Amino acid sequence: MSGIELANVNKYFDKNHVLKNVNLKIEDGEFMTLLGPSGCGKTTTLRIISGLEDPEIGLLTIGGKNIVNGEDKFYTPPSKRGLNLVFQSYALWPHMTVFENVSFGLEQKKMKKAEIRLKVEDSLQRMQIKNLMNRYPSELSGGQQQRVAIARAIVTEPKVLLLDEPLSNLDAKLRIEMRTELKRLHRDLKTTIVYVTHDQEEALTLSTRISVFFDGEIVQSDTPQKLYRAPNDLRVAKFIGNPTINLIEETCSYKNNQLIINSILGDFFADGDENVSDNITLSVKPEDIKIYSEPIGNGVEAQVYSVLPAGSETLIQLRIGDQLLTAKEIGEVNYPLDSKVWITFSFNKINVYDNKTGKLIAKEVEEQTKKAQFA
Amino acid sequence: MSENSEQNGRKSSNKIKNLLRNFFTNPVYIISFLIIALLSIAIVYPLIKIAINTFQWSARDFIPSAVPGEFTLYHWITTITGEISSSLLYQPMANTLAIGASVSVLALTLGAVLAWLVTRTDIPFKKTLGFMMILPYMFPSWFKAFVWLIIFKNDRVGGSPGLIQYLFSVGPPDWLSYGFVPIVLTLTSHYYVFSYLLVGAALSTISSSLEESANILGASKLQTMKRITFPLVLPAILSAFILIISKSLGSFGVPAFLGLPVRYYTMSTMIYSSIGSGRPTEGYILSIILIVLAALIIYFNQKMISKKNYETIGGKDSKAKLITLGKWKKFAMTGAVGFVFIVSVLPVVLLLWQTLMLKDGDYSLSNMTLHYWIGDSNPDIANGYSGVFKNSTILSALKNSVIIALTASVLAAMAGLIIGYIVTRSRKMFSSKLIDQLSFLPYLIPGIALSAIYLSMSTTKILFLPVLYGTLTILILITVVKELPFATRAGTSTMIQIGGELEEAAKVSGASWFKRFFRIMLPLSKSGLFTGFIIVFISAMKELDLIIMLVTPSTNTLTAATFGLQEQGYPQIANASVAIIIFIIVVVYLVTTIFGKTDISKGIGGGK
Ligand SMILES: Nc1ncnc2c1ncn2[C@@H]1O[C@H](COP(=O)(O)OP(=O)(O)OP(=O)(O)O)[C@@H](O)[C@H]1O
Ligand SMILES: [Mg+2]
Repeated sequence: MSGIELANVNKYFDKNHVLKNVNLKIEDGEFMTLLGPSGCGKTTTLRIISGLEDPEIGLLTIGGKNIVNGEDKFYTPPSKRGLNLVFQSYALWPHMTVFENVSFGLEQKKMKKAEIRLKVEDSLQRMQIKNLMNRYPSELSGGQQQRVAIARAIVTEPKVLLLDEPLSNLDAKLRIEMRTELKRLHRDLKTTIVYVTHDQEEALTLSTRISVFFDGEIVQSDTPQKLYRAPNDLRVAKFIGNPTINLIEETCSYKNNQLIINSILGDFFADGDENVSDNITLSVKPEDIKIYSEPIGNGVEAQVYSVLPAGSETLIQLRIGDQLLTAKEIGEVNYPLDSKVWITFSFNKINVYDNKTGKLIAKEVEEQTKKAQFA
Repeated sequence: MSENSEQNGRKSSNKIKNLLRNFFTNPVYIISFLIIALLSIAIVYPLIKIAINTFQWSARDFIPSAVPGEFTLYHWITTITGEISSSLLYQPMANTLAIGASVSVLALTLGAVLAWLVTRTDIPFKKTLGFMMILPYMFPSWFKAFVWLIIFKNDRVGGSPGLIQYLFSVGPPDWLSYGFVPIVLTLTSHYYVFSYLLVGAALSTISSSLEESANILGASKLQTMKRITFPLVLPAILSAFILIISKSLGSFGVPAFLGLPVRYYTMSTMIYSSIGSGRPTEGYILSIILIVLAALIIYFNQKMISKKNYETIGGKDSKAKLITLGKWKKFAMTGAVGFVFIVSVLPVVLLLWQTLMLKDGDYSLSNMTLHYWIGDSNPDIANGYSGVFKNSTILSALKNSVIIALTASVLAAMAGLIIGYIVTRSRKMFSSKLIDQLSFLPYLIPGIALSAIYLSMSTTKILFLPVLYGTLTILILITVVKELPFATRAGTSTMIQIGGELEEAAKVSGASWFKRFFRIMLPLSKSGLFTGFIIVFISAMKELDLIIMLVTPSTNTLTAATFGLQEQGYPQIANASVAIIIFIIVVVYLVTTIFGKTDISKGIGGGK
């Protein structure tokens, strides 16, 4: 019973409107990631949930209990919300040993000494740093400090665990390792986790659901799969995926309740209505493009612009007219520069966005030739 | 419809309830409120009260039509345009400004050059030189006046002859013995330390990469100094300037010892003698004019600082590459050592020597005695005064001094830390800004003026507070108030360094405000606390200007006793007392520096 609900939350720093009508429902036991570019309000949202920041407008409930009512200026103090927070900077107290850092929260609960010791050791054990118990934070590596910070947050057995970019200060290898551990931790503790990151890969790996923020608004809340396959907004589409998605600007016309799109990738139909502006953008993921050195049936001709090997995969930049496209192939491949190639892709992986609103208007479009047979 | 309005009513009453609860459960609000109340009573109220006083007849005005308490402009008119205005106001004001300007220019230049030598060049013995350079900060400023008299006194004015007259049998001219020149030189030899500390601190934070990149771009050394180094230390120079000028405008001891014998008055000595000679209202008016003068200077300076604000200087590698002095090394070293010798070593040696002279001014070995240190009362010597260690008056004054200095410095350091906490953690709140301004206010009030104000206040009841005149409490209170800007500065700079998240982590863990303050903030600001402590301790231990008008026989301090002894013509005993003061300060300073990792340049930085 520790679902979190934010309703119409607004936050101002002086005149700066930082969160705009944020609505978010996090189910009990979920691993919810707040994802978005720098300065979009992820940390602020997390701090509002934790009670370190008070929103001017909006409601917050945790486990069905009223925690914040902005209009009534009702704010439950952080200590009474049954949650704990891991800071991006770790915020370990430098004058206390690892043990003292972790035991601090339990001491505030007036627990017995022996019980405190047991719990602290248990949580240190869980993070595999029991042997560092008597060290001071300055005597630990970044990864070890990170573990202490997490141990300190979970020792009080919070119903909700908040993590603000906990892995951003670690090196790439350690980051991957810690992902695994965080995932296990979530399974073992069964707490609700709210996780902030601007690393989309981290978000896709860890979360049960992701909320993408732009400029203080939630643009999409979805499972990682849905978010990856069908970003409902151009900004999300640009943000998700590595290498970045291919975007192709085109015009379209409207006929028989369908959009007719003539593009460099071919002509096709998409469901849509008349309100859509004439200018649209198509998106194709690099991994959905296949390259052939020989002409192939419905292949589109392209020219190799550059080849960028990256170990296990290779990125190939292609040109069709003035349009640059990136394709991704597994393994080492090579094409002579400026050589002619032919590409194919499956139409049902193309998404269509309205340029004016940036919204997704059609996904999994159909090739015109197929439709034409029915017509 | 009615249901709706009922709901609205309930809503707004909820809101008010919650707002009240938010206020009363947040110690930050309550502490802010308390601090504002205390600062208002201790600073704002006295200021207003004294200003009102100057517009009223007092019981001491022997004018037939005067009714004490009634409104009048008489005092202002006499002070500003009356017959005596020239000797009461304009001459002292001209002297004060001349002294302030000369001392600032000399001390700033001297301190900056020395700081550059010690931090930026390869001059040898840096540690020792550095310590010797700040030594004068631990001496009372007026102690140099004593030393000056020891050397340059002549028997036309000063009674017994000084060292020069002893050696050459001719007395130095009056202008060299007393007045403007000696006052400026002694104050400079004292206040250059502020410029040395602040400019030194700024210089050592400038990463040499900033200068190097200018060099790479083809700037000459001189150009680099002018275009890069100088602008970066300018804020430090300006802070040192307001510190030095506000100190020298209000300085009392030095102009009293070196000016009064030849009737050379500054505003501060004029305030003292006005109040002492039964013209308190004129003294208060002079105090107000002095405050306004100091405030105006600081205000214009602040404007300059905020226009050029380089808060965070320096890259990560602050290991500056040292400039090689080469053939100038010998010259620089001789200069630095000579300077240190003249301002730090020689004065102490002469002071100690003089305490050993049975008859003042006779430097022969046969004249040496320990009488003024450990001698029992002897009616033939110094009117029967016994040596300082046998003299109950001196010993009780010493005890008072130590009690005042310790209590005031602990209180001020704590207050500074709490104010620093409030100001940095809730920066945007109006109350924090108010506290910030209020705690800076005593900076604008020269010591002698604050003292005059407290004198008028302490003899009557204020609100619900008891009469404080003649208690140690008033001396401790005025010291805390006067030193608050420095303690606050030390506290603020420490608090800024402690990331807010350290406290928030404890907040989320369920620690109450007091737990957080005592378990997290306080231990982390230990060095800042010690810095605040030592700054206030040093000032309090050598304080004269601030308390000279407030002490009574039972609350006499060692500094005030020294002042009396010097005035009455017992220089050996006075100097022995000064030696004790200096000894205590240096010992406490060394102990705190070694155990508390203090950095006094963090606290003295002028302005904000
Ligand atoms: N205490 C504050 N006072 C004023 N503005 C603030 C404060 N904290 C955050 N902001 C502003 O609010 C906006 C959102 O900040 P927030 O810290 O939530 O961003 P974020 O999404 O966490 O970014 P990042 O990924 O860089 O951590 C930013 O524009 C920031 O400048
Ligand atoms: Mg953030």
